[in-house]
Amino acid sequence: MLKDLITPENANVFVGKLGDILEKAIDKPLGYAINWGRIWSLWPVHIETACCSVEFGAASSPRYDVERFGIIEAFGSLRQCDLVVVQGTITRKMAPRLRLVYDQMPEPKYVIAMGACAITGGLYFDSYNVLPGIDGVIPVDVYVPGCPPRPETLIQGCILLQEKIKRMKARKFV
Amino acid sequence: MTTEIMPGLALQKVDERIMTLNVGPQHPGSGHMRIVVQIDGDYIVACDPDPGYVHRGEEKMAEYRNYITNIPHLERPVIHDSCNVLYPYVLGAEELLGIEVPERAKYIRVIASELNRCIYIMYWLAIYGIFLGHSTMFMWPAGDREFLIDLMEKMSGARVTHAHFVPGGVRNDLPPNFEDVCLRQVNYFEKRIKEYAAVFYDNPILISRTQDTGVLSKQDAIRLGTTGSVLRASGVDYDLRVKEPYDVYDELDIHTNVMKEGDAYARSRIPWLDMMESCNIIRQALQKMPKSGSVRTKLKPNPKTKVPATVYKRVESGRGSLGCYIVSDGKTEPYRLKLSVPSFRNLIALPYLLKGEKLGNMPSVYWSLNYWPVEADR
Amino acid sequence: MSTETQPSDVISKEKPTPAKKPEEKPVDLPAFEKGLSDKITEKFGDKIEVAFVKEDRVRINVGRENVHEVAEFIRDELNFDHVESVSGVDFPKDKEIEVVYHIGSYTDSSLSRQILVLATRAQREDNPIPGKDATILPTLRNIFYSVEFHEREIFEMFGVFFEGHPDNRRLLLPEDWADLPPLRKDFDSRGR
Repeated sequence: MLKDLITPENANVFVGKLGDILEKAIDKPLGYAINWGRIWSLWPVHIETACCSVEFGAASSPRYDVERFGIIEAFGSLRQCDLVVVQGTITRKMAPRLRLVYDQMPEPKYVIAMGACAITGGLYFDSYNVLPGIDGVIPVDVYVPGCPPRPETLIQGCILLQEKIKRMKARKFV
Repeated sequence: MTTEIMPGLALQKVDERIMTLNVGPQHPGSGHMRIVVQIDGDYIVACDPDPGYVHRGEEKMAEYRNYITNIPHLERPVIHDSCNVLYPYVLGAEELLGIEVPERAKYIRVIASELNRCIYIMYWLAIYGIFLGHSTMFMWPAGDREFLIDLMEKMSGARVTHAHFVPGGVRNDLPPNFEDVCLRQVNYFEKRIKEYAAVFYDNPILISRTQDTGVLSKQDAIRLGTTGSVLRASGVDYDLRVKEPYDVYDELDIHTNVMKEGDAYARSRIPWLDMMESCNIIRQALQKMPKSGSVRTKLKPNPKTKVPATVYKRVESGRGSLGCYIVSDGKTEPYRLKLSVPSFRNLIALPYLLKGEKLGNMPSVYWSLNYWPVEADR
Repeated sequence: MSTETQPSDVISKEKPTPAKKPEEKPVDLPAFEKGLSDKITEKFGDKIEVAFVKEDRVRINVGRENVHEVAEFIRDELNFDHVESVSGVDFPKDKEIEVVYHIGSYTDSSLSRQILVLATRAQREDNPIPGKDATILPTLRNIFYSVEFHEREIFEMFGVFFEGHPDNRRLLLPEDWADLPPLRKDFDSRGR
């Protein structure tokens, strides 16, 4: 009976549906375990947008060492990353590139807006080339205020994000 | 073969041999900029830097703010070298507003500026190390610079963006017991950076990757108008702290480090030698500094320049000579403010250095230019 | 080692005070800088105008038709070899845009303190079409190579087209910038 339903044309669709059903079935019991796995291996993508990258670099330094909280040092290949830390001002030239980077990343993906410029435009509120915050470009999970935020503040923001992931559905998009 | 069909949009004929490759802005080897390289096999035949991803219009913003409120945003281009990037603006504003600076404030400025130079170079060394794949060289400088950041935090109250220099002096006096702590930290710091020779500068892998790559001859360095460590690595003896001393640099004994090779190794070694020189300068300044006295000439709330005038001041920052050109029309705001930044000046050397190099040598050449993209874009 | 020793004839370090008597030149002009400006005045006469002679700074205003030969003279005879900064200043009242070159020297050690300021003015258009209107200056790239990126920046920030510059593409602004050149005075950054 099952064999009659599957034709070469709809095989992909069928396998996809089957996967959906399986995922839904394991969502409830295994969701917590999946999220627990995700929060201790957040890989930030290596995209610097402005001067907050200095403090982001300092957060990976031996004194602050975000790696002990499960945030791994910025990584080159965006296809293996699941976290964008927007490090400061987004200019009009950078915004399309940031969106491209975000779109190319696989699900699940999270965004931290670091610094006053990424939240509202900050000090550059009246500049002609700076966007007033990145909410219009990509959806933000956690805002980290400061100009620039101290590494401790960034770490606190990351811990907040981990708390948020813990409470999320394991399958974000149904 | 490029034909422009409308402004900003061009058609390019695809070559069978030559491939165009975009490096950046999302790339571990580029920072906040894009480099369009054309490669033939493994060799770079042409290179076109494309900065401007952090262009925030600081020069336009300066026309809307008065001489005091300009301070915070003008130090943002290089936040880890914030004292030096603010220095020429403060010197220029002092000349325009006609303010005298107390002697003690001048020494505090020199100490803060040299500490900031070390902080900048340590961060640059850290990213230079990590982009060459040398993880130890990220961890060591990134950890050691925190001790100097502690000193600056003690002095000004902020980790990186100090806003400590104001027209008329510095914002606050030194905290009690600062001199002893500073001397101890600087001595420790100097001992520590001398150990980098064993792990980084004498490392055969670094030497084989940087020696004889990206050679900039002395004539080209002068012709292209490069500055700072790039210039001194090519054998030109030029340091503004010696040649055109500002504040109290003429009372201190400063040695200029010059290397003749002009390759990426020399360019990476010069900043390291500069840090040791900075430690010397800090020790001398601590010794000669007046032990007490005023540190700031008070300004009126909304200071006006007396006459329409122009001023061009320059200082030696962590990357090279940094100039500030202020045009004033006798109002509370500058009529026009231009920052002439060393990163932007050194960028012109990049296409010349990369031509004929292997693609794998690009990070070692590019970061050896002592380039900070945020500053170049302003 | 220590500071660069100045020629012994530079004794007077005081700045001329312009506020006292602007019409009469102060007597204690710095001698070395005065010598520099005299050399240029001797060669070009009334084609140029010496705006000020201060300690370490000499400023010369040139018309746009003479800027090329004056720059050539500065490089060949006075040993200045690189341009540190190129700035544009917009003067809507005069209907002119000023372009200021700060020229320094690495090779000549007696000039290492000096900055020669060369200023020239281009005609200003009320409705600019960058590259296609009368706001044109001759490029100095074939004289001072280091102005290449600086002049590209001035072109996009002020709309001053540099004739003879091989590469007049956009540098810092976004590719789709369709507004006025942003550093002109009629571009008000508020409310944009």
